Amino acid sequence: MNRRQWINTMAVLGATVATLASPLRVLASLRDGFKATTLEGALAEVLHGLPVEESDRIRFKIPDIAENGAVVPVTVSTDIAGVTAISIVIANNPNPLTSRFELSADVLADVSTRVKMGESSMVHVYIETRTKIYTTAKEVKVTIGGCGG
Amino acid sequence: MAAKVKMRGKIKAGIAEVKTLMPHPMETGTRRDADGALIPAHHIETVTCYKNGKQVIVAHWGPAVSKNPFFSFKVKDSVPGDVIKVSWVDNRGERSSGELVLK
Amino acid sequence: MTGRLLVLPVAWCGAMFVALVGGEVQADPEADRAAFRDFYAQRFPDVPLSEHMNGVYAIDANARSQWLELEDFPLYEIAVDEGAELFEVPFADGAGYTDCFGGAGVRQNYPYFDQDSASVVTLELAINQCREAHTEAPLAYDSRDLVTLVSHIAFESRGAVIDVATPATTAELSAYSAGKRFYQSRRGQLNFACGSCHVQLAGNRLRAEILSASLGHVSHWPVYRLKWQEIGSLHKRFQECISQVGAVAFALQSEEYRNLEYFLTYMSNGLRWNGPATRK
Repeated sequence: MNRRQWINTMAVLGATVATLASPLRVLASLRDGFKATTLEGALAEVLHGLPVEESDRIRFKIPDIAENGAVVPVTVSTDIAGVTAISIVIANNPNPLTSRFELSADVLADVSTRVKMGESSMVHVYIETRTKIYTTAKEVKVTIGGCGG
Repeated sequence: MAAKVKMRGKIKAGIAEVKTLMPHPMETGTRRDADGALIPAHHIETVTCYKNGKQVIVAHWGPAVSKNPFFSFKVKDSVPGDVIKVSWVDNRGERSSGELVLK
Repeated sequence: MTGRLLVLPVAWCGAMFVALVGGEVQADPEADRAAFRDFYAQRFPDVPLSEHMNGVYAIDANARSQWLELEDFPLYEIAVDEGAELFEVPFADGAGYTDCFGGAGVRQNYPYFDQDSASVVTLELAINQCREAHTEAPLAYDSRDLVTLVSHIAFESRGAVIDVATPATTAELSAYSAGKRFYQSRRGQLNFACGSCHVQLAGNRLRAEILSASLGHVSHWPVYRLKWQEIGSLHKRFQECISQVGAVAFALQSEEYRNLEYFLTYMSNGLRWNGPATRK
């Protein structure tokens, strides 16, 4: 192998190692985001330095008063182009980051799930594109049942 | 293996709306049993969705997703015969999946 | 509506009270059932009587919309799937549930008053009778296996009309009256009767809850109760409700609860079986 071939090989190897390492590092820090107990800690993981803008182009369906805090149906959809991820953050939960959906171009920016809320809280959704994060929020009340809970 | 992912799907104007229900305890790790002992955290961490073998969604979940999670998503450019697969891994490394052939 | 609130429940409870004081000989189940239906028709004039099979979702719009979202892919389906599998498992002697029941669409045959044992037979009892007839151990009344079997049977029977034979013999009227008396009796530290909340205060709020009508109360069981985060039986809910008024609960499938189920099911004749269901 001549010198140029050796440099090329090392460059390829180096790039490969870098590519392999970064998803693992991203995954580890994402797990940290799920463990974060403060809104700021959770958001650090979701926002990763991108500018944040409130948007009225996000359709965020969640009840105003939840029937039961353990099963709160939520749907998030938007027509904003180039969405790469949608995150749902419940400010007053012990761990505010509930879920992050990474979306390819093969799917619509439209997800539905059911989440647990420990108490009444603001619920924030973050729509990620490559350059910006769009957000909206709603207050959801969680009540104590009448018949003893 | 854990219970399979239940799936339903319908194509409307080329978009497949896929609905899934995944039996899973989704324990937060903060609940206590009748004797006062902490029930260990046991919840799905990653859900991966495929269309015809190609990954289309990766969802990362914490324990605040409800027990027996429901997850619905919409796949573009879908035709009858397309195969949608949904698989999950939990924090204990347990796995399950489900598959649906769109009609 | 508020003006009528006080008059109607007193009138209905008055009629029932007279019937009770008169003793079992005076029991007139058909008249009771007609009065029951009339009461709810007047308390909820905009709600078709059959809709009360959906309980509070018939009368609370916010709760109904969340319930409909969950119905999109209901949590009780997991129990139905498990029950469907269990229903096919043969007994040790080679026989199966179909030998006793014919098929799974049999919810509407229970409860019934069995003359031989002079007692109310519920679906849960019938399942265990089937097992014991084929040398299988009975299932515990709080076991997952039993509630998932009942879930499967309930699902397969959806749409069947609730049609308990009108209590007519002395023994039947005795069980009916016992169930009715239970329903009307105050109990516990809170000194509530079932009717205190579900007749007198039906449609009113108890903290954040709206109280449902007793018409249709039995139609939709077993229930995936969000509070339990799991599927559970009608008698489990009886136990919970009675405990919540500060009284000691009776055992699952006790004579008291079977008579109560007999009374409540008869009172819902004409509505349809629509189990399993989701409730908060």
